[in-house]
Amino acid sequence: MTHATQIVDQMRPPVPAEPGAGVYSKKLGMWVFLASDVMFFTALIGSYIVLRFGMPSPWAQPGAVLNVPLTGLNTFLLICSSVSMVKAYAAIADGKKYFLRKVPGKRLQDGGLKFWMLITIICGAGFVGVQLIEYIKLVGEGFTPTGYREGSLLAEHALADPIKYGAGAAGMYGSTFFTMTGFHGFHVTCGVISMLYLYFTKVLPEKYSAQNYAGIEVIGLYWHFVDLVWIILFTIVYLI
Amino acid sequence: MTTSPQPTTAHVRPNYMLIWLYLFIMTVAEVTLAFELPVSRNLKLILLLVLAIWKAMLVALYFMHLKFERWRLRLIFIVPLPLAVILVTAVIMEKLR
Repeated sequence: MTHATQIVDQMRPPVPAEPGAGVYSKKLGMWVFLASDVMFFTALIGSYIVLRFGMPSPWAQPGAVLNVPLTGLNTFLLICSSVSMVKAYAAIADGKKYFLRKVPGKRLQDGGLKFWMLITIICGAGFVGVQLIEYIKLVGEGFTPTGYREGSLLAEHALADPIKYGAGAAGMYGSTFFTMTGFHGFHVTCGVISMLYLYFTKVLPEKYSAQNYAGIEVIGLYWHFVDLVWIILFTIVYLI
Repeated sequence: MTTSPQPTTAHVRPNYMLIWLYLFIMTVAEVTLAFELPVSRNLKLILLLVLAIWKAMLVALYFMHLKFERWRLRLIFIVPLPLAVILVTAVIMEKLR
């Protein structure tokens, strides 16, 4: 009696690795880029910490100027996009190139690469859209990169309650807030544009397969990193 | 007698939806902690940072698959972190001098 066993490694690399490095070159390149981006965002966050705790006057209290519930929702949107990205990766690793397919015995249809990538793009674009709305609203209320605009609603609030609105540090608060969230938003925008390009040139024409899906893994790494950075930024900028 | 092949797995994919649920719960916990819970500012600060680092670790380990990568690849991501701490510490020391 023979028992044949088929070993399936679900976490196998999407293309053969380079000899020696143990990883394929595109992925190694992305990891090196992400390492440099870690340093970039650390410099921003480090400067923020030094400036914030080095200022003699306190910064605005959490929630006084920024809309935390809206940004909390946006954080959730980005987390959802990260999950849909990893589901896209898992789908193509299993050879599911399709959009949606009926599965016998199941009420919900099974999502393929086309479906999960589209969800990721929509969530990513949604994040950028909400951030733009937040910026427009903040600038409208008088919160600009140089602080509270004279004669604005926020400037009046800061005069009435300088501790809550951090009147003495408004300029520094504005410049660090827009710099950090702006650079992150730029990263998200680049990710959405890259994913749109991949979607129309590779995903829809079904150029990826279970044997070759390196592009999905590499863009996925970038996307998850952007999510990871936002998790830290959300806590530091909005909640503390 | 030959039986049909029985698929087994060498590396099983993590439950991504479970990780998503953890991230969601921790985000709600963060917002609640920041605005609703009457705890001291220092304790709040520490708890919020712990939650943020925990969430970031979940994303890096399970979504970026660092948990399943070779050590040499993990090092590329880990090495900049102490360098970053040195950078921030050096700037703080400069400020305090």
